[in-house]
Amino acid sequence: MHATTANQTSPALKITDLRKRFDGPEVVKGISFEIRAGEIFGLLGPNGAGKSTTINMIAGVTRIGGGRVEIFGLDNVRDYRLTRRLTGVMHQEIVIDNFFTIDRSLRIHSGYFGVDDDPAWRNMLIDRLGLRPHLGKVIIKLSGGLKRRMMIAKALIHKPKLLILDEPTAGVDVELRHSLWDFVREINNQGTSILLTTHYLEEAEQMCERIAIMNHGEILALEKTSSLLQRCGRRELVLQLKHPLASPPPELADLEPRLEGEGLILTLPVPRGAASGELLGRISSLGLQVAEIETRQPNLEDIFIEMTGLKNNGGGEA
Amino acid sequence: MKLVFGNRRYHRWQPFWTLTQKEIRRFLRVSSQTLLAPIISASLYLFVFGATLGERISVLEGFSYAQFVIPGLILMGVINNSFANTSSSLFMSRYLGNIVDLLVTPISPPQFICAYTLAAMIRGTGVGLAVWLISTLFAKLPWAHPPAALAMACLASFLFAQFGLLAAIFANNFDALSMFTNFLILPLIYLGGVFYPISILPGFWAGLSHLNPLFYLIDGFRHAVLGVGDLSFSVAFGVAAAQAIILFSIVALLIGKGYRLRN
Repeated sequence: MHATTANQTSPALKITDLRKRFDGPEVVKGISFEIRAGEIFGLLGPNGAGKSTTINMIAGVTRIGGGRVEIFGLDNVRDYRLTRRLTGVMHQEIVIDNFFTIDRSLRIHSGYFGVDDDPAWRNMLIDRLGLRPHLGKVIIKLSGGLKRRMMIAKALIHKPKLLILDEPTAGVDVELRHSLWDFVREINNQGTSILLTTHYLEEAEQMCERIAIMNHGEILALEKTSSLLQRCGRRELVLQLKHPLASPPPELADLEPRLEGEGLILTLPVPRGAASGELLGRISSLGLQVAEIETRQPNLEDIFIEMTGLKNNGGGEA
Repeated sequence: MKLVFGNRRYHRWQPFWTLTQKEIRRFLRVSSQTLLAPIISASLYLFVFGATLGERISVLEGFSYAQFVIPGLILMGVINNSFANTSSSLFMSRYLGNIVDLLVTPISPPQFICAYTLAAMIRGTGVGLAVWLISTLFAKLPWAHPPAALAMACLASFLFAQFGLLAAIFANNFDALSMFTNFLILPLIYLGGVFYPISILPGFWAGLSHLNPLFYLIDGFRHAVLGVGDLSFSVAFGVAAAQAIILFSIVALLIGKGYRLRN
């Protein structure tokens, strides 16, 4: 006999050996991870990494090729009626039924989930997402940014416990992006677990407690954002020199230094476990005249590029 | 306002009713295309066959041609509009991508099929009713067995709503969808006995017409309205019901598996 109600002590999402193949090779290759209840979890990866396919399998938009997805302890195939009520999804592509107004569309969407219309909740979403002035407009007439806000309102209209946001800020202006993240944090503080994908790695770094980096259908790294930055990131010492150099000093070749700014800026990656002070000692012994010193902290983008090999592959959108 | 995620009551059938209402609202929003156009088209047929030719020719003893052709025109309205409603709505949802709005919800495959079908039946029988009301200007029908006529109209509507769902699942583009209408539905309607009784055809062609699934619907409906037909009502109804069950089973299997929907 299986559980028929959501277990609040279970992980919000548990994925085990999830697989998917379309016509060619596997696009999701047996990935496993968990999202704890109340967590904001980031799933990052370049285009084509398999993030959206994974999300679509979680949401039920795409059939699962292999493995298992559990939402609050419930199987998302066997107990789909319950798991879909617990889940809200904002898709990457703008998909909206253009026939209806914002208000009507939200009422319809809450009905799809089998919940009573809650006017207070609906109005709160409308106000917080700045949709009030456009309430009577047919959705086809809204701007791209408004459509994206509408999609967030739709994802939240049935008060899901797990919210999946697939690139929620793509093509959204800076002001809306900030207000959106504030709103997401507020929802998370109220107990909703969040699975987030974004191309804005700085935002992922700020928002997510844990991060998984995915590429070619596999998880390359999965850990706390802070420990990922500490473990994989490399600090850099940036020296602004008084006199230009023709080439990086050969004595520092083991550090793989970079010389930029017409020979006036020398960047030295600090080896893991090494202190900046040791490096400064070696620099001073070379007699270099330094005007300014700056320590650059590691960021997610560097780690992401290193892990996914985007730079070596000719770049690409992160 | 503070965000509070309280417990909410869930209603098992609410997704079905919501989708049904949404589908009805959808065709009412574009009623000039979905209701007015087919009614005008049927009115033109009624004018041609009712006011001009109706009194001059007769193909069935005891009835004017207008009386003969009106049941066929009513059923043609029912069939065309039931098919058009499910096929265009589901195909557009697939084409525009907003089908995902439904795929992420707890709507079960039977609820999904029944909601699309019920809305299509409301549109189809609504157009049929309008065609009959307009037809009263041209001829009076005897309505020999009204409940049987209603049952046959509902069965025709149900069957072609399923066919519309199938077309929407298999069509890859608008051309493919219109091919279903132009190269399948229209020939079947015109060759199914709307405008003439199959019994007046030469033997081979009459036999071939028995392979036309629409023949049973049209003949059964006409039988219920006029009291006479090429077949007995029970045979016509039985064959049509069997077709409807087969088509519904295929649709249920495909939608249950998410064929061409969940990919």
